[in-house]
Amino acid sequence: MPFEEKMTWVSVVVTILVPVWYLVTVLGRLQDTTAAEIAWQRLMLIAFGATVALTIVGAILMSIATSVSAVARGRKPADDIDRKDERDKTIGRRGDVIGYWVASAGMVAVLILTMLEYEYFWIGSALYLSFVVAMVVSSVVKLVAYHRGF
Amino acid sequence: MGRPTRVTNHIRALRFGAGEMTQAELADRLGVTRQTIIAVEQGRYSPTLEMAFQIARVFGVPLDDVFDYPKEG
Repeated sequence: MPFEEKMTWVSVVVTILVPVWYLVTVLGRLQDTTAAEIAWQRLMLIAFGATVALTIVGAILMSIATSVSAVARGRKPADDIDRKDERDKTIGRRGDVIGYWVASAGMVAVLILTMLEYEYFWIGSALYLSFVVAMVVSSVVKLVAYHRGF
Repeated sequence: MGRPTRVTNHIRALRFGAGEMTQAELADRLGVTRQTIIAVEQGRYSPTLEMAFQIARVFGVPLDDVFDYPKEG
């Protein structure tokens, strides 16, 4: 598996796990309080921080695993980790473009919520959801391209 | 698994003709991942023109001896 594909797996796992934690936590709080009063800002900042931190940890773990595997096969670790070729770049661009369109559609939904003067909580959550869905779709498109070709 | 490209190639045969060169060796010569070589061989990825020329150069043959594209009609 190319290193870029491994990193896409890290991204898709982190991008699903963290929002699920955010959703479960927020839904739990919504049972006790209203959307207008919920303190969602801190939770979302933690979610952003966790996404960055877990992605870095995932990248480090993938690098270690790839290095160990490379050495076991008598190869230099850099040959497997640093090698990003034209196919990786094309797949990356393909996923990013589709992710961009998904995020754009999400922005329209956020705009509508804003026009209808929904609570900040719903607007912020819709924005976060847009980013999450865009990233997940982008990663899935990349993974499908790696396996099925394009 | 489909074949998204109509371009076919003889890389596998050329590798065996070149002292049973492995996919990893060819990938190292070209500076690409082994998975990219596999994808090209299986017709799941059409390389750029530049990479196509590089592949042909590794085997010392013209581009037409590496890749085929079906005639229209």
